[in-house]
Amino acid sequence: MTLLSSLRLAALFRRLDRNAELEEELGSHIQHRADDLERSGLGRAEAERRARIEFGGYEHYRQEAHEAAFGRITESLAQDLRFAVRVLRKSPGFTSVAVLTLALGIGANSVAFSLMNALVLRPLDVPHAQALYSIERGKQNEPAQSYPDYRDLRDRTRSFEGIVAYSITRAGLSSNRDATTAWLYQVSGNYFDVLDIRPYLGRFFHASDEHGENSANYLVLSYPYWQSHFQGDRSVVGRIVLLNKHPFTILGVAPPTFHGTEMYFTPNFWVPLVSGGQAGGWRDLNLRASRDVWLVGRLKPGVTAAQATTDLNAVGEYLAATYPAQDQHISFSLTRPGLMGDTLGRPVHAFVGGIMSLALLILLAACANLGSLFAARAADRSREVALRLSLGSSRRRILRQLMTEAMLISLTGGSLGLLGGLLALRSLDTWQPVPSFPVHLPVSPDARTYAAALVLALASGLLFGLVPVRQVLRTNPWQVVKSGSLTARDHGLGFRDVLLVIQVAVCAVLITTCLVAVRGLQQSLRCNYGFSPDHTLLVQTDLSMAGYDGGRATAMQRRILDTLESLSGISAVGLTDRMPLDGENMVNNHLIFRETTAELTAANAAANAAVQNVSTNYFQAAGTALLTGRVFSRQDDTSAPRVAIVNRTFAIKLFGSVENATGGYFKTADGSRVLVVGVVEDGKYRTISEQAQSAIFEPLLQNPTNATWVIVRSIREPQELAAAVDQQMRRLDTALPFTVRTWQKELDGALFASRVVSVSLAMLGTFGAMLAFTGIFGMASYAVSRRLKELGIRIALGAQRRNVLQAALGRAFRLLALGSVVGLVLGAVGSNLLAFIAYQGTARDPLVLCGAVAAMMFLGLLATWIPALRAVSVHPVTLLREE
Amino acid sequence: MDDQAQLLPGTLDLLILRAVSLGPRHGYDILLRISQISGNSLLIEQGALYPGLFRLVSQGLLKSSWGTSENNRRAKFYTLTAGGRRRLQEETDNWNRLVTAIAAALSAQPEEV
Repeated sequence: MTLLSSLRLAALFRRLDRNAELEEELGSHIQHRADDLERSGLGRAEAERRARIEFGGYEHYRQEAHEAAFGRITESLAQDLRFAVRVLRKSPGFTSVAVLTLALGIGANSVAFSLMNALVLRPLDVPHAQALYSIERGKQNEPAQSYPDYRDLRDRTRSFEGIVAYSITRAGLSSNRDATTAWLYQVSGNYFDVLDIRPYLGRFFHASDEHGENSANYLVLSYPYWQSHFQGDRSVVGRIVLLNKHPFTILGVAPPTFHGTEMYFTPNFWVPLVSGGQAGGWRDLNLRASRDVWLVGRLKPGVTAAQATTDLNAVGEYLAATYPAQDQHISFSLTRPGLMGDTLGRPVHAFVGGIMSLALLILLAACANLGSLFAARAADRSREVALRLSLGSSRRRILRQLMTEAMLISLTGGSLGLLGGLLALRSLDTWQPVPSFPVHLPVSPDARTYAAALVLALASGLLFGLVPVRQVLRTNPWQVVKSGSLTARDHGLGFRDVLLVIQVAVCAVLITTCLVAVRGLQQSLRCNYGFSPDHTLLVQTDLSMAGYDGGRATAMQRRILDTLESLSGISAVGLTDRMPLDGENMVNNHLIFRETTAELTAANAAANAAVQNVSTNYFQAAGTALLTGRVFSRQDDTSAPRVAIVNRTFAIKLFGSVENATGGYFKTADGSRVLVVGVVEDGKYRTISEQAQSAIFEPLLQNPTNATWVIVRSIREPQELAAAVDQQMRRLDTALPFTVRTWQKELDGALFASRVVSVSLAMLGTFGAMLAFTGIFGMASYAVSRRLKELGIRIALGAQRRNVLQAALGRAFRLLALGSVVGLVLGAVGSNLLAFIAYQGTARDPLVLCGAVAAMMFLGLLATWIPALRAVSVHPVTLLREE
Repeated sequence: MDDQAQLLPGTLDLLILRAVSLGPRHGYDILLRISQISGNSLLIEQGALYPGLFRLVSQGLLKSSWGTSENNRRAKFYTLTAGGRRRLQEETDNWNRLVTAIAAALSAQPEEV
């Protein structure tokens, strides 16, 4: 039997039980009476008949008794509700302000909670995800490990059911004629088995399919990609497609719920790591120093994370002893999976924490607002309450009535807020923030979101519903009916005043925060990147996608450069292997040593420099200024001595000044000496928010690579030029997939994170401003309406407008000023915490402070405008007639 | 029966409280006691007692338990709670004030009015 039906039955039995008891009691009464009548000489039957008649309308009394005892609860609730609706409809101003306020609070919180739920609380969509851990290395928590280390960890640990390795890459896929760029996971053979994923269609590959390099050219499609690129065709199983021109067999399709082992990234398909060399670029599976796979392990039942870490570190000691060159001092730790190890975890937690606390602040402000609204209303209703009390209503009943009103408002406001939140979330869910990378933010709300919104709405409803309780309990009907209304206490800081100050302060904090964020965004857009993205197009490709390697790749790059340079209106064309600020394939950092350093260990390194390999005209095309020396020439190839161009930070760090750098030497990790031939300006390399860091540029001809970014600088319109570039690239090789974008568009991806932060903070700030507005407005209109009579008399006696306004709103303004000052101070202190999520944001910025003060004053003026108008236009005669 | 007075609204509760204050009683017994202490001068239909009793129970002024009566029948016995005792005192005082006031008003001489 289900719980519900058994509950229903229990209720039914209880009711039957009560009825039976009542019947028995009434029956007992009649029997007692009959006993008496029998004693006075009647026969038993006659006595019972008489007793029944004397009892009166049996059914009528039975029902009345039943209702008196328990029957009326539901009925009186409905009555309360009907009454509450009527009362609220009679004061639409109050009701709409209250509902709107709460809707803002709940809306902000449901969005924030959904974000937290999606980004922090929700585990990977994999069976028994709580037993999965990401394996990180060393004190820096590096998530990337080498494949040989992976094999040792997998085979030598005892705590794991299994450990999988994966890395995300890109490849050119051609199934019939067109080559397209696709995103894929290269995974270890045990991947699907350890994660316990069953195929939706066909089969998966297994550890037993791996027989050395390029032995397993299999491919498993993701469900969405199967739908979009193969039209859900069930006969794809067994079909052969070309990945970077190598044949791969489609084995099957993964289930729709499985998106791989990264939270925000949905791949198009999975291929075995052992065949990774043919799918998505060069890979040496035996190179212990090349760390580019991420590891996720599933703990055996009963094994704790601490035990597993000990187990891993025991293997770590073995690795350090056996391979001191690569794995010296190696150690491991476990963390939750899905955020590139936990690399994204820290910023994401900081971001979500920030958003969540701001959202709670908004709710606090909303509650304070509602509290003062309700208190004001209770004061206005003191007469009604007194009347009801003197007519015999119990205080409990009146309180219940007030609570019903509060609940009605909180539920209405809550559902409105949730609705707004849902709309916002839906647009977030389908948002593609980075054009080239299949990012997916899984923020669609689930049952937890709804529950959280409901709880918040009810809790805040209870909170502000409690405000008038004290007032009702203390009401003395005689006093109120006699004097007309509660006499207002106009001295000292009352409860409502405190609420208003709190609310204004919270709103000022929010507005300050918002301004800090907007200002930070503005500055991030204006900062010096060390290149100028205007008037440029980027062509991105990887030559291995069309089967080029080694010397053929260099020749192809030469052809691309020559072809694009021959287009009209071109001022420079440059080529690099890694693009600065590219979030997918970040510029790598390498250890650099002084020429004099003998022992090349990490401790002796002079700099950890970002390294790019560039063509001769790269700096001109990128718009990076050469400070001294020369750029590369075609003679800087493998037959010439190694040369490099360094940035200003590097030059000062190693050689003391920019001038001393040219002609100097440094050493790379493999011990080769490199001559510095030029110095360029500083720039941003890995992330937009990084501090100035060392960078070196090496000639492409001395470091051949397949990764290709072409920068085309021209005076022509980007759209028109893009078409020409596209056409030329296709003519060079039809099988080579590539993308053409403006550099500005590409930078959108780099600015993505700080934009998200700024936009969310700005949104919350707007919420804060709206709340401040409704709060001040409510307070000011109440102040005016309460003293309308007094104002009327003042006007009748010839008071000036100024005096009237001062009398009506002076107090409101003083409170507003107090709240704003408190809020600004708090905001200035609090936004130091924001500085590290909102790029370059600080509240000490004079512009921010002035902006916040101005915003609060503007809001104050705007919100008191209508009440002020009402105050000065009071017509004494009308007023006196009304009273 | 003609000399019996109709009950004023609200006074039945007071009478019940008073009757129960003398010790635990079941419904029929309460009725007998009310007749007895009022000198048989009040007209109460027997069934009307029960909605009153249940109302007082739900207000927490009376509590009830099943037991056996002097006639050896099962019956529900009512006793006063502390709140009931307090209420009885208040209502009695109110009633006395009211009666005094009304009586004074009605017995006033024409020249006083």
